Amino acid sequence: MAEVLVLVDHVDGQVKKNTAELLTLARRIGEPSAVFIGGNAEAARPRLAQFGAEKVYVVDNADVTGALAAPLAEALAAIVEQSSPAAVLLPTSGVNKEAAARLSVKIEGGLITDATDVQAGDGGAVQTTQSAFASNYTVTAKVTKGTAIVTVKPNTTPPQASQAGATVVPVEVTVSDLAKAARITDTQPKAKSGRPELTEAQIVVSGGRGTGGDFSPVEAFADTLGAAVGASRAAVDAGWYPHSNQVGQTGKQVSPQLYVACGISGAIQHRAGMQTSKTIVAINKDEEAPIFELVDFGVVGDLFTVLPQANDAVKAAKG
Amino acid sequence: MNIVVCVKYVPDAQGDRTFTEDNTTDRAIDGLLSELDEYAVEEALKLTEGGDGEVTVLTIGPADAAEAIKKALQMGAHKGVHVLDDALHGSDAPATSLVLAEAIKKITDGKPELVLTGLASTDGTMGVVPAMVAERLGLPQATQLSTLEISGDQVKGRRDNDAASETIETSLPALVSVTDQINEPRYPSFKGIMAAKKKPVETWSLADLGVDAGQVGLANAWTAVETFTARPPREQGEIVTDEGDGGTKLAEFLSKAKLI
Ligand SMILES: Cc1cc2nc3c(=O)[nH]c(=O)nc-3n(C[C@H](O)[C@H](O)[C@H](O)COP(=O)(O)OP(=O)(O)OC[C@H]3O[C@@H](n4cnc5c(N)ncnc54)[C@H](O)[C@@H]3O)c2cc1C
Ligand SMILES: Cc1cc2nc3c(=O)[nH]c(=O)nc-3n(C[C@H](O)[C@H](O)[C@H](O)COP(=O)(O)OP(=O)(O)OC[C@H]3O[C@@H](n4cnc5c(N)ncnc54)[C@H](O)[C@@H]3O)c2cc1C
Repeated sequence: MAEVLVLVDHVDGQVKKNTAELLTLARRIGEPSAVFIGGNAEAARPRLAQFGAEKVYVVDNADVTGALAAPLAEALAAIVEQSSPAAVLLPTSGVNKEAAARLSVKIEGGLITDATDVQAGDGGAVQTTQSAFASNYTVTAKVTKGTAIVTVKPNTTPPQASQAGATVVPVEVTVSDLAKAARITDTQPKAKSGRPELTEAQIVVSGGRGTGGDFSPVEAFADTLGAAVGASRAAVDAGWYPHSNQVGQTGKQVSPQLYVACGISGAIQHRAGMQTSKTIVAINKDEEAPIFELVDFGVVGDLFTVLPQANDAVKAAKG
Repeated sequence: MNIVVCVKYVPDAQGDRTFTEDNTTDRAIDGLLSELDEYAVEEALKLTEGGDGEVTVLTIGPADAAEAIKKALQMGAHKGVHVLDDALHGSDAPATSLVLAEAIKKITDGKPELVLTGLASTDGTMGVVPAMVAERLGLPQATQLSTLEISGDQVKGRRDNDAASETIETSLPALVSVTDQINEPRYPSFKGIMAAKKKPVETWSLADLGVDAGQVGLANAWTAVETFTARPPREQGEIVTDEGDGGTKLAEFLSKAKLI
């Protein structure tokens, strides 16, 4: 069976859940091999083995670990050349999409981004499911040329364990001068909120212009629910919340079990990032707000009175 | 500095976007310059303010795509290039990037200085064409930037991701993509609208670029859309008006739905 490469998303060897999801998908189309970029691959190995990686290609080269697309694409191209895989799966992120883009041109393989599902199609073609036009459409597509390259959205496939060997295969990569021509010269880590990551969270509570800049009731409710905090672009543009928390077309696309929109009107660009959520709840003063068209449950009311009351009631229910 | 800005013409997101029978985007509905490309145009205009260099806007698209060029010229870009050829219908991202790269070579006599693009189109939303163009032109990329400074041939910008805010540096020639955080795109002024009418726009075919029609279009795409299905509209659930118990009712709903 042909190999399927899965790019591992990790922080210093701590493998993220999206990688387990991709390994699960990879098993449907071939034999999963993990591609680990960076140091501390040993720490990652047990988890990669648990989800079915037969091999772990390890690239421990400072020229590649810099989180830029061009060196990553060269590393992936080198591994593709040595393993002739049926497909390369990457977790969707800005950098991964761009590395996939360069890889697509290098190896002449078709590229599909932001897939929510991956299947083995007729004649061995790799078939995908995507959302299009602000998630108003579900599209199935297939790669018709070369090695299939697919970026997969997090939180769209339940990970299933399946023990495998996870044999480590060290890979030497020489990065070209051209790929090294762009460099990261400074990194300022973001303050950690202690909350789950937006795209991985099971519950997201978001605030919009209706918060007037006071996110405290939104954060309090999120903490009670163990949720991530999101924001509309209006709230981000006003400087009330960091851009990395923006949900929508130009922010994060989330599909949690529960999405709670507080003081958000429901513009098309915001919907594009949240309307595939399983259950949607909204609190808005304006009964005409378009967000109510999407909700499973809506409260017409002031978020500053509704949220604290809901918070107390949920705490009480949880005991 | 001479800058080429890639701009896409897209169906208006406020309209009913859908597909046609051959599984390609229905472009019969009203379109416009992809809003995220306005930020790239604005950044190019700022970089050439004071008369230093020229901004050429480049689009690939059907006849109506001339509208996207017009808008950018009204904002202040100096000239436009429209690659228009029936064989381009249904092109995928690799083919689009091939044609953009060839057009950029022709515009710049093979010596691009700065290529600017948006973060992603608002229809395909892949966010991959900039990196593909950079790969084809052999350029370094500094992408997803929310700030940009160019001094001499040094390029510096900030990019934010989940974990960190990073400074990226490279040197010209380069390809840069910018986010909607970078600036506030200007509205065309009356003067800009009048001036745009006199600005040169060239229309090129694939033959003008020396690109073989067998490398582009629906039949030669490396991916194929097989089916598209409209997502069933979400059924509106229960809406209550807060009469002092809205929060309690919300908690009850969450509890019943086993979400807490
Ligand atoms: C190219 C482009 C990309 C974009 N990308 C995104 C994106 O990624 N994400 C995004 O969110 N937007 C995006 N937008 C912006 C989008 O069009 C909307 O402007 C934005 O989503 C509005 O944010 P909002 O709902 O918070 O504000 P508003 O539309 O102003 O709505 C505020 C809502 O709060 C309600 N409200 C006010 N006070 C209270 C209160 N006390 N209690 C309860 N309710 C209250 C009001 O009734 C109103 O419905 C984009 C726009 C463009 C052009
Ligand atoms: C719903 C949908 C799904 C699609 N899925 C796929 C797919 O899976 N694989 C695939 O290969 N293709 C796919 N396509 C086709 C692809 O979108 C087009 O080929 C498109 O021209 C390039 O991708 P993009 O629009 O996503 O651009 P992006 O990569 O998001 O564009 C980024 C930037 O590149 C520049 N740019 C992009 N297109 C042009 C243009 N025509 N003229 C000038 N500048 C441009 C702009 O500066 C833009 O801001 C899909 C299209 C649609 C509508």
